[in-house]
Amino acid sequence: MQTLKIICPNGHLGFAPLRPESFRLGVEAGPDYIAADSGSDDVGPVPLGSDTSTSPQSWQRQDLEHMLLASRRLGVPMIIGSAGDTGANSRVDLYVRIITELAKVHGLGKFRLGYFYSEVDKEYLRRKMRGGDPILGLEGYADLTEPELDATDRIVAMAGVHPFIELLRRGADVIIGGRSSDAAIFAAAAVHHGFPDDYAYYLGKVLECASFCAEPYGGKETVLGEISHHDVKVTAMHPPQRCTVASVAGHAMYERSNPYEEFFAGGKLDMTNCVYEQFSERTTRVTGSRFVPAERMRVKLEGSGKVGERYVGVCGIRDPYTIANVDRVIEWARAQARERFGSSGYELHYNVYGRDGVMGDLEPLRDKPGHELCILVQGVAPTREMAEELTMIGLRQMFYARLPDVKGTAGSVAFPLDEVLHASPAYRWTLNHTVAVEDGLELFPLHMIDVGT
Amino acid sequence: MGTQKLNELAKTIRSKNAGVNKITFDIIFRDRERYERVKRSGALSRETIANLYRIPADRISDFVEYDPGYAIKFTIYRLQPSGSAGDGDIFGAQQYAPLLDLEVAD
Repeated sequence: MQTLKIICPNGHLGFAPLRPESFRLGVEAGPDYIAADSGSDDVGPVPLGSDTSTSPQSWQRQDLEHMLLASRRLGVPMIIGSAGDTGANSRVDLYVRIITELAKVHGLGKFRLGYFYSEVDKEYLRRKMRGGDPILGLEGYADLTEPELDATDRIVAMAGVHPFIELLRRGADVIIGGRSSDAAIFAAAAVHHGFPDDYAYYLGKVLECASFCAEPYGGKETVLGEISHHDVKVTAMHPPQRCTVASVAGHAMYERSNPYEEFFAGGKLDMTNCVYEQFSERTTRVTGSRFVPAERMRVKLEGSGKVGERYVGVCGIRDPYTIANVDRVIEWARAQARERFGSSGYELHYNVYGRDGVMGDLEPLRDKPGHELCILVQGVAPTREMAEELTMIGLRQMFYARLPDVKGTAGSVAFPLDEVLHASPAYRWTLNHTVAVEDGLELFPLHMIDVGT
Repeated sequence: MGTQKLNELAKTIRSKNAGVNKITFDIIFRDRERYERVKRSGALSRETIANLYRIPADRISDFVEYDPGYAIKFTIYRLQPSGSAGDGDIFGAQQYAPLLDLEVAD
């Protein structure tokens, strides 16, 4: 095989629908694989912790349908990583079920559906820790402690290329992956066909977010990557878009603190010596990427732990004197919550929009609030009942704040709704760590079933 | 030319999560000339960023001048991981605004 072509229609399948026109053009270009990642930790810790998806099932199903039908029509494999936003086991099962249902609805011929899980048992990690093999923290996280492990509800490990390659080796036509490094999904296909790691991982890196590597800006459009033994070429499929030197080089830094390297289970991609050339109008060619294998394989872990049940409330302020003293208004309400529930065992949060609701401590203009403020109150507590009462105190007591010089003595805030609303429970990222493993399959049990008739 | 705002010189100014505990900022230029001018001006450095966002310099984990992309990027540690209750920007996507008006000397 001299070259291998992969199309990617969506950088986060399900989060917003793929654009069918550029996908159709990508399919017409005759790809050898159709692949996309469906997950991100951008969506915060709630979906992983509560074992839900943040993407609507109809959008997930719609994109899977586009990809499955094209894959079966062309007779080329389809690969999905990080099923259902989080890659948790229930999300893999959901996608396997959707694929099976779609095969039935469309009367598809028989194919092999491979899938793997990536949830990690807490006791497995505890044994590692007690056996003197620390779970190392990433990006400012301390190494894992047992109390933090105990506070965690669900953990997924991030697969590298290994489970995908093994399922391809066993003859999978469609793969649904648990949590995966998005670039590994594409790299796996290239490595499976004997292309060098140096370019296989780069191919994955450039395809992972679909049209984010093209310009002008526009997401959810299909891009096509082609790997040879000497280079990677990437082409925008959406007619108004091009993959330019600037857009492709620029993509390397997207969502990464270091634009020159990216880590995977088993090594890192080094882009320091990448050379970018405009190959044709809409295609950029890349050479010079390098894959550096790790001495010992470590796999990234993501874990989410429940903090409590949550209610939210909203109010506004228009009086300039009250705006200038909004911290005192909030402090009054906090004091009433303390009187009722004490000073610990719950969380009460205030986002003050019009002052620093978006940026919090990073806001340079927090001393210059607008002429009206909107305040979002969030109460988090062990039970739903307590969270409701806590949030009601935190919201309604703002109405009764005692400011010495206020003219308006009939209420310090305006309510758009005189109620508090039940929200998703609050979770937090407890694990952002790595664990040492013997090989890249250790944490990812593989399964294969026959689908279609 | 005199002083210009970063907003007038950059093609893209954006912020986004880089993992769950950091926000990364990209300032991307259309051509080498504008990129080099901003680099040369000293308007963007660990010190100027720390001053602009009023944070200690050690909250800036990375500061990179990325020649292949005509881009300057830096990364800030969050105080709490993304999506913790009270986080006003789970994706970190609206943290770049103060950069728009940053003055760049000629």
